[in-house]
Amino acid sequence: MVNKQVTLFDSVLKNPVIAASGTFGFGYEMAEFFDINCLGSISLKGSTLNARYGNPLPRIAECSDGLINAIGLQNPGIDAVISTQLPKLSKVYKDKIILNIGGHSVEEYLLAVEKCNDLDNILGIELNISCPNVQGGGLAFGTKESTVEALTTAIKKVSNQKIIVKLSPNVTDICALAKAAENGGADAISLINTLIGMRIDIKTGKPIISVKKGGYSGRGIFPVALRMVYDVFEAVKIPIIGMGGISSADEVIEMLMAGASAVMVGTATLKDPFACKNIIEELDKVIKDLNITSLSTIIGRAHK
Amino acid sequence: MTNKQLTVLSNKKLNNCTYELILEGNDLLHESGSFMEIEIENCFLKRPFSIADSSENTITLLYKVVGVGTKALTTAKTGDTFNCLVNLGKGFLLGVIKKPLLIGGGIGAAPLYQLAKEFVAKKIPVEIILGFRNKEEIYYLEEFSKLGKVSVATDDGSFGYHGNTLGLLKDSNYDFDCYYACGPSPMLMALQNYSANGQLSLEARMGCGFGVCMGCSIKTTNGYKRVCKEGPVFDAKEVLW
Repeated sequence: MVNKQVTLFDSVLKNPVIAASGTFGFGYEMAEFFDINCLGSISLKGSTLNARYGNPLPRIAECSDGLINAIGLQNPGIDAVISTQLPKLSKVYKDKIILNIGGHSVEEYLLAVEKCNDLDNILGIELNISCPNVQGGGLAFGTKESTVEALTTAIKKVSNQKIIVKLSPNVTDICALAKAAENGGADAISLINTLIGMRIDIKTGKPIISVKKGGYSGRGIFPVALRMVYDVFEAVKIPIIGMGGISSADEVIEMLMAGASAVMVGTATLKDPFACKNIIEELDKVIKDLNITSLSTIIGRAHK
Repeated sequence: MTNKQLTVLSNKKLNNCTYELILEGNDLLHESGSFMEIEIENCFLKRPFSIADSSENTITLLYKVVGVGTKALTTAKTGDTFNCLVNLGKGFLLGVIKKPLLIGGGIGAAPLYQLAKEFVAKKIPVEIILGFRNKEEIYYLEEFSKLGKVSVATDDGSFGYHGNTLGLLKDSNYDFDCYYACGPSPMLMALQNYSANGQLSLEARMGCGFGVCMGCSIKTTNGYKRVCKEGPVFDAKEVLW
């Protein structure tokens, strides 16, 4: 039995693979395909204080090595997530999960986060301050250092859960934003969210996505994500959850070597619902081939 | 929802833009109106296709060449294998319907084929309206004609009724208790305006096809629903465009 464990905060994850928010629903839907207990953790669909429908269709545009989405944070609202979605998930997944919270205003974030205080079995709350698909919210919080620090500070004051700040790559200096989150008291950082992109239908001459632009994700963004995790590792001391285009066990190892303590696999699941499971199984062989005794020993190895 | 490797039994060109693909495997019986996805080389996302017919060992798809995925699919040969996700979505409800009217627009006629067979198996007579742009795009007319009375509408009048499916419906005396429609959105909207006693099979650009990305959600009178999960078939009374 190969040891794939990693530690995040005070929790031991059985492996470093976490299903990324927005690509795994509320988890239980995926249990129809495989036993999702193989996952290190699951970050649930981004949720907001109130229910949101999201953007008009089309919300998806395919690219050669990924896709652009502009869902617009469709979710039933945090109360419904807690009362109806979490009980369904707890029947099929036993380990700690991550709640992903978005918002339009500081108040909205605070009220939503406070509602999660009494929940058990939560690895952390991932603050989505980097959604490119919500007008006047989401990303607006994630591109200014002062705003990131203030929001993180305010949330840490009202929350008793671990706070993971999810960063946007659509900035000039991602390290400055990472430091701002750390200064605000963040327990960890996750990166990267999607890169803003677009596609045009050459028959109509119009953008494919209804709101014109969206977030680009998929294996095409892996080198960009890896570089950003590498840079942020040198900028902050708090743990990093690395994501962006991971679709193989080799890339999980690369992400850890760049400095991530755990990883999230997202768009690979939309391409193949078994992606997370396959990556976790492949990890055994890669760990053996590389003679890795413990994954903790390779975190940040590329910096040495 | 399951993952299967399926083998091409045949891939036949029916007219200038429509193909019939028969795939072989096990445990392939689908409800009419449900769909499947095929992984196509050099396409990042799997491609969704409605099920035209299915049995224990075969699935029949009718597809129109509209982009790189369907174009690549035309080169599939007998014996080729594809990685597929089968049994996706929810199909048509037959319920206690006694006088079904099936209305297909263009490639949207595909999922109505198995539906027609299911009604015939229940000894319920089926009436069918098929709409096409022109005579050249007609397919499966003989197959549908074996199952019920078929009327064809063409936009340019080159075959049958000159006009669209709704025009044909209005100009004829159809007596139906439920219509089952699949086709372009404007056709479905027009039908919904004409009568709410029906079921609509919708199409959408999908991300995953199995309900986790919310890429294909539509508004309904009962909140948002996913075309790939709660659909693609919806009650005409609930769809809000």
